[in-house]
Amino acid sequence: MELVADRLRCVRGGREVFAGIGFRVRAGEALVVTGPNGAGKSSLLRALAGLVRLAEGQAALLGADPELTLAEQAHFVGHLDPVKPSLTVAENLAFWARFYGGVQGRDVHDSLAAVGLGGLAHLPAAYLSAGQRRRLSLARLVAVGRPVWLLDEPTAALDAAAHARFAGLMREHLGRGGLIVVATHVPLGLEGAQALRLGEAP
Amino acid sequence: MISPAGPSLASALAALLVRDLRLAVRIGGGALMGVLFFLAVVTLVPFAVGPDLALLRRIGPAMLWLGALLANLLALDRLLASDYEDGSLDLLLLARPPLELALAVKAAAQWLATGLPLVLAAPLLGLLLDIEPAAMGAVALTLLAGTPALTFIGLVGAGLAVTLRRGGLLLPILVLPLAVPVLIFGVSASNAAVVGPVPFGPPFMILCALTLVGLVVGPFAAAAALRHGME
Repeated sequence: MELVADRLRCVRGGREVFAGIGFRVRAGEALVVTGPNGAGKSSLLRALAGLVRLAEGQAALLGADPELTLAEQAHFVGHLDPVKPSLTVAENLAFWARFYGGVQGRDVHDSLAAVGLGGLAHLPAAYLSAGQRRRLSLARLVAVGRPVWLLDEPTAALDAAAHARFAGLMREHLGRGGLIVVATHVPLGLEGAQALRLGEAP
Repeated sequence: MISPAGPSLASALAALLVRDLRLAVRIGGGALMGVLFFLAVVTLVPFAVGPDLALLRRIGPAMLWLGALLANLLALDRLLASDYEDGSLDLLLLARPPLELALAVKAAAQWLATGLPLVLAAPLLGLLLDIEPAAMGAVALTLLAGTPALTFIGLVGAGLAVTLRRGGLLLPILVLPLAVPVLIFGVSASNAAVVGPVPFGPPFMILCALTLVGLVVGPFAAAAALRHGME
């Protein structure tokens, strides 16, 4: 399985955000996208997830189920945590696990334990801190198996222990032959990852 | 084409339905708000027009319909906006169930949570407006047949509104003109049942047709609006 992007160009609000971006990420590999604020890291990840239209170029997952689009085989973690305050932690995760369907990962309680929320399953999500909400958001990656992870600053708001735990989850995913494209400002502890630096903001 | 996720599609959509119903009935949800608003509007009418029973009977169905329409409109604002604000909508776009079906399920949940309670509350409120029980049954029937059209037409407006900043202000303006035919035929069918010599059948049939068109067109138009606007 291989994620291939070719001459990607993105225009948002009449401004060219990036152009001529190309990369190949093979199974078990990670691509770390860095760059200053406004360089287009989020736009690139949203474009890969099919949430932003590309002006030119295309991205495709080779060697995967041809019936499914790249977006349908990818997990996307953006800046927002899709967490409903009036549902409990377990209900929030169980919904996404059932709605995403497909390959079943670990069950809800194992997934919560994997991100360190095991003891909070029955708490309404309204009482979570920002870091805990983010961890709940990341638990989705464990609960539903999808080969590609598109992560936009996934460790924002995480403390050091949660950061290390998530790095472990990413390495586990790569070890199983998954692919990760991650935008970040901080080192994530992914050895041997490819790097892509997006240009300076105008 | 064979869908790789055949049985899980139904399970995914059921999960969405259950989630939206839960959100609607829990604290901060919109289910109760619509009914209370409906109750307030219809309860105030007899005080506003005075104790003229003949007049109340004549305008009763129109008042019930107006109340239902406005209560529906009030709840529409949150139909997609809350999912947009917390990023859930992005994830709905990435999931395997087609967006059209997901939106149809969301609208169905919205109707179950806000539209159906209005239909159930209407017969009680009919007492305040001196509508006879048999006629009240007919009015409730028109609400049952017509309010899904309001929700599904509103879905298109909600889809357009979330992709625009300040869309909340725009929503009523977008939706009201499209809701007018539903109001006209809903009220004329109700009036036919309450006072009129005109038959109940034809306007009721048109009302049902409007609902059927809304059920089909609404999710597709809303999905197109979202896909186009997602930037």
